[in-house]
Amino acid sequence: MTASAINIVSAQPVPTPATRPHSIAPILTASGISKRFGKLEVLRDVDITLRRGCVTAVVGPNGSGKTTLIKSLLGLVRPDKGHITFDGSDVGPEDVAYRARIGYMPQSARFPEHLTGREVLAMLRDIRQASQDSIDNSLIDLFALEPELDKPLHTLSGGTRQKLNAASAFLFRPDLIVLDEPTAGLDPVASGVLKDKVDAAMAEDVAGLLTSHIVSELEALADDIVFLMEGRVCFAGSVSELKDRAGQNRLDRAIAHLMTNPHS
Amino acid sequence: MSTLTTGPAFRLLNYELRDVVRSKWAIGYAIFFLLITDAFFRFSGGGEQVVLSLINVVLILIPLVSLVFGVGYLYNAREFTELMLAQPVRRRDLFLALYGGLVLPLALGFVLGVTLPFAWHGAAAVHAMPLVKLLIAGVLLTASFLAIAILLAVRFDDRVKGLGAALFIWLFLAVVYDGIVLLIAYTFSTYPLETPMLLLTALNPISLARVLLLLSVDVAALLGYTGAAFEKFFGNGIGSVLALSALLLWALIPLFLAYRRFVRKDF
Repeated sequence: MTASAINIVSAQPVPTPATRPHSIAPILTASGISKRFGKLEVLRDVDITLRRGCVTAVVGPNGSGKTTLIKSLLGLVRPDKGHITFDGSDVGPEDVAYRARIGYMPQSARFPEHLTGREVLAMLRDIRQASQDSIDNSLIDLFALEPELDKPLHTLSGGTRQKLNAASAFLFRPDLIVLDEPTAGLDPVASGVLKDKVDAAMAEDVAGLLTSHIVSELEALADDIVFLMEGRVCFAGSVSELKDRAGQNRLDRAIAHLMTNPHS
Repeated sequence: MSTLTTGPAFRLLNYELRDVVRSKWAIGYAIFFLLITDAFFRFSGGGEQVVLSLINVVLILIPLVSLVFGVGYLYNAREFTELMLAQPVRRRDLFLALYGGLVLPLALGFVLGVTLPFAWHGAAAVHAMPLVKLLIAGVLLTASFLAIAILLAVRFDDRVKGLGAALFIWLFLAVVYDGIVLLIAYTFSTYPLETPMLLLTALNPISLARVLLLLSVDVAALLGYTGAAFEKFFGNGIGSVLALSALLLWALIPLFLAYRRFVRKDF
């Protein structure tokens, strides 16, 4: 039943990264973000700009600071230094309102095990005091989650929970969607649905932030690449600029090249 | 009050409570107190003896369950905590919801589990005073050891360390501490020990609760020669209020420390 759902989505002409109209309006800008955990400098003076209608992918080897950067932008990690603005306004350490406009899909989310999917969605709605009709339920339909919503979460499979995760990230029509290894736990059909949803959101001028180790996913979704190496940005620019800089015409080769020669 | 019942912390608490209650831990806990209180009524004499028997259960079990269940629940809720903090939720509200979601079911489970058998054995009214003191002490111990649990869960990212610290604290306060106090009393038996003993008692919530409860059932003589000092100090109204306040501080201080850490923590 999901296969037919996909056809509905892909029937619409959805722009791929190469054809997306690149708007320049930034939704989130972070500058000079530094963070150390004890002796370890996890982020060093990182700048990142997320533009509307663009997916920015943060890539880098394991331990390069990708997750810490995302968590800093969301306020889960308190940066030691740095400055964040969201849609033109400064984000202070006590500000939480801007997060109402961010949809976050973590690598693996565990909602309270004994709640049902419907209760989790109601909880997220209660937190934002959002009305029922402002909600984007499309992923729930496309993933065919409706029959799963009344079961306690601990009875659902990992993939189904990850679908619920994805659906909840898009639920409130966010201005910024943050996807941390989004398709890691999803089957190919569901990944396809999610990729189409990301494309559709970009067409509506949503900004995207993505981390992934899957090159085909980066290729399919990313407009811009921010390359982190030991907590430092060693490349920021479009995918084609990255390929030029590395002298490689394939993205996987270009990324591998940067990982082995970060200062080239 | 209106912000408390409609505010974001309360809205979150709603879902927290559902989750904890459905986990059946809290219900099992209530049923345990129900069965054991009922059994005490059947196998021992009157209400007074039941309270006396329950005191030991309360002093040993409430700290243990509050610590272990609290720490375990909070480590399980770690990813949920992260997810909530990515929502427009203030850390203060999430903290209160997490703590409230633990305190309310466990305290309520204990209160109902003990009170119901008292009611159906017709002893609730007759032994109202010792029963109420038992309930207050139990609730305060629950609040205090859950506050310590949340402090440990926020302090240690590694759940093995957190659980280990919880068990160590329980073993120390529930078992080892009395031994140390006895040793001090024995070693310095030629000195006037009333004030140091009072201080040592105040430094352990379990000792505080024990003294409060034993005095309430008129067995101060069992406390040995310092019993007289306790009787003099805790036996009157002001002493009881002071002891209760000290027990309350044992809930508030760890809770405040945990809150400060939670608000500044990197998740």
